[in-house]
Amino acid sequence: MAALLDVRGVSKRFRGLMALQRVSFEVPRGEIVALIGPNGAGKTTCFNIAAGVFPADSGTITLAGTRIDGLRPDQVCRAGVGRTFQNVRPFMALTLEENVIVGALNVLPRVADARAKAGEVLDALGLWAKRAEPASSLTLPERKRLEVARALATGPRLLLLDEVMAGLRPTETDQMVAVFRELNERTGLTILLIEHVMRAVMALSRQVVVLNHGEVICRGAPEAVVRDPAVLECYLGEEAL
Amino acid sequence: MSPAPAPAARRRATIGLALLLALLIAAPYGVNDYVLSVLILVLYQAYVGQAWNVMMGFAGQLSLGHSLYVGLGAYASAALFVKFGIGPALGLWAAVAVSVAAGMAIGFLAFRFHIGGTYFALLTIACAEFTRIGFDHLNWVGGSGGYFLPVAQRTQSDLLNLRGTPAMFYYVLLAMTAGAFLLCERLLRSRVGYYWLALREDPDAAQALGIHAFRYRMLAMALSSGLTALGGVFFAFYYNNLFPEQIFNMGRSIELSLGPIVGGLGSLFGPILGAFVLTVLAELLRAGMDALKLEIPGATQFFYGFCLLFVVMFLPQGIWPRLKERLGLGAGPPEER
Amino acid sequence: MPLELIANVALGGVLTGLVYGLMALGLSVIYGVVRVVNFAHGEMMTLAMYAAVLLFSQWRIDPLVALLPVAGVMFLAGYALQSVVINPFVSRPEHSQFLLLIAVAIILLNGVLVAFGPDARNALVGYGFDSIALGPVLLDKVRVFAAAAALAGAAALFAFFRFARVGKAIRACADNQLGARVVGLNVKRLYALTFGIGSACVGAAGCMLVLLVDVTPSLGPSLTLLGFVIVIVGGLGSMAGALLGGVLIGLSEALSGLVFSPSAKSMFSFALLVLVLLLRPQGLLGRRA
Repeated sequence: MAALLDVRGVSKRFRGLMALQRVSFEVPRGEIVALIGPNGAGKTTCFNIAAGVFPADSGTITLAGTRIDGLRPDQVCRAGVGRTFQNVRPFMALTLEENVIVGALNVLPRVADARAKAGEVLDALGLWAKRAEPASSLTLPERKRLEVARALATGPRLLLLDEVMAGLRPTETDQMVAVFRELNERTGLTILLIEHVMRAVMALSRQVVVLNHGEVICRGAPEAVVRDPAVLECYLGEEAL
Repeated sequence: MSPAPAPAARRRATIGLALLLALLIAAPYGVNDYVLSVLILVLYQAYVGQAWNVMMGFAGQLSLGHSLYVGLGAYASAALFVKFGIGPALGLWAAVAVSVAAGMAIGFLAFRFHIGGTYFALLTIACAEFTRIGFDHLNWVGGSGGYFLPVAQRTQSDLLNLRGTPAMFYYVLLAMTAGAFLLCERLLRSRVGYYWLALREDPDAAQALGIHAFRYRMLAMALSSGLTALGGVFFAFYYNNLFPEQIFNMGRSIELSLGPIVGGLGSLFGPILGAFVLTVLAELLRAGMDALKLEIPGATQFFYGFCLLFVVMFLPQGIWPRLKERLGLGAGPPEER
Repeated sequence: MPLELIANVALGGVLTGLVYGLMALGLSVIYGVVRVVNFAHGEMMTLAMYAAVLLFSQWRIDPLVALLPVAGVMFLAGYALQSVVINPFVSRPEHSQFLLLIAVAIILLNGVLVAFGPDARNALVGYGFDSIALGPVLLDKVRVFAAAAALAGAAALFAFFRFARVGKAIRACADNQLGARVVGLNVKRLYALTFGIGSACVGAAGCMLVLLVDVTPSLGPSLTLLGFVIVIVGGLGSMAGALLGGVLIGLSEALSGLVFSPSAKSMFSFALLVLVLLLRPQGLLGRRA
């Protein structure tokens, strides 16, 4: 299966800290891949480089054969990458609908069309009923869903999810998992997710990449990865299986 | 922008606006010269306040040197008229071009060098002051002694050259203000408007959604400075004399930003309401002082300062959001974060 | 141009610049700690200048002597202003703060206009026309005294922030507000104290400046602007920077007034401001925030 996202030899140093050391992995088209590892392993740094927030010191990142490393964040989005933020950042003074419209305008320049698409996306994430509420009135799990909805509305080929399950109850986690699985099966949306919630990782991903201290220490199917001794040595996650 | 009001509220708002417009159109026929001149003042402040609001409310940049654009627009169109006989109908394009160039230069510098907030405000002040002193020495357009436009008779209306009765000026300004209002309304409901709001709320999140921050910020700067320049053109042909000390004055910059802040930033009607309230307040205070036979210089402004203090302390979001809620025209002020 | 003339003018500029520096110090301290842009700074200084004029014209008190009581009163006024009026605005957006302080500025400016009228006033002390000879250079006595007072004031301030417990507490507040609260510092009181200190600086500087310059009510806004230029050039939040900036601006104003026309001198300062904002926004001695 062809790789949609190809991360090759990416390194990044922050002053004295080597955040990423020649990290390489692939995300095959239409797959769901999880990026796990203890806190401080460099997962969000990886995301930020892929999303264009800051450049890598070396290495390349390609999306369907085109290089996206070094592009501005808005260029990366237009190339087909949507992302959520670890600390959710909804547009507080806008309604849910308006938040998602902003995302949808990326692919549908007319506001009326964007509004229609926003409605669909909000519905898919169970937020339709609250579409006219200001984003500031939402609970944290709802804000996370809004964050996902907004990123989805931009029409990405690859969705980068940064710890979207954190703070959700098991039933909510299962709901989110169902949403992503349905999206992936129906539309072939490729997903790369950073996650600590192993329940979601096991349920969703076909492949897992493990980072520790900025290096890839293991990759493979979830069942194999969780038994790998190197992985077991470092802190795996909050939930025991 | 507060959440989109319910359809009933929008209908009421539209009717209200239409009524207001009708009143304003009929005004010159029912009022005396003094009131008409006050109305012109109100509309002028409303217009430039609206133009200023584009930069502040949409691009989120506090500009305290907006008199720069008024002045550049005024001098450009005046110079073309006096030196080359080119009337304002054509001259306004030059005025807009010059101001937009200045606005985009400042915007570019601010963006490129990551200057925001207070530093940006100071940058704008410095640019305006620099220009003021520069024009003081620019004898080609009169220098500090002033630049004067020839005043034709005030009885016939020559629209293309902006020579005519006060009523003509009134209608021109009314058209400009209404036009600016409609333009901003259109823009806010369009893709550009949504992108501006997103950038103002959270530039990083906005960029992650495909919004090119630099392009949209520059657009807001260009629009704001260009619209303000038209106010300058009006100023030149209405008052017919230009002094750098007055037109580029920091006090003027502050004055034109007071209306939107007091009325309600980021709202469409705020600048208009603010201009109305402040101008009327100033006139009332002045009239009150005259009536009490208090000839003390500075007394009016002294009380004006207290009124401002009152508004800013008790109505932090401006007057319009609270008033809008009371009138049932939409949601109240968004909660403080 | 004779060298003596340049030297005279330059030194005169440096001395005046020290007084400007003290004023800017007050502004810098306020912004550095409370993070509020004091748009009423110049008007406060004007108020102090008028107080000095009043004390001189009524009771023949030399402004340099009036310095202490005026600074004291300004301290109390600043403390009160911050506690009562400004404090709720510390966390509000810039345009709200700006509007608040503009309102205060308008009130102060017109207050002195109502009280003293629009004519220029000054304090012509007995030694007002004396000079001190320093080799070939002739310095005005008033300038030397004023500058000496400014240096003394600045030194006292440095010592306060360096060694006094309260001074260190204020610096902690400026560095890390949340941390300061966590360690039990009363941030609100410290803010009020800081504003009081900044106002006292301005009060003192006003008493010094009134020896050098005539005061009119409209002097306020230009002083505010001057204060900002100095603070930006020297570095917001850096005390030494404020003094250095003051000296530089005083010097450049004096020299450009000599070389170009006097009215163009502030043009140079603004050009300098723009350059600093673009190339080194933290100012000459400031730290990158």
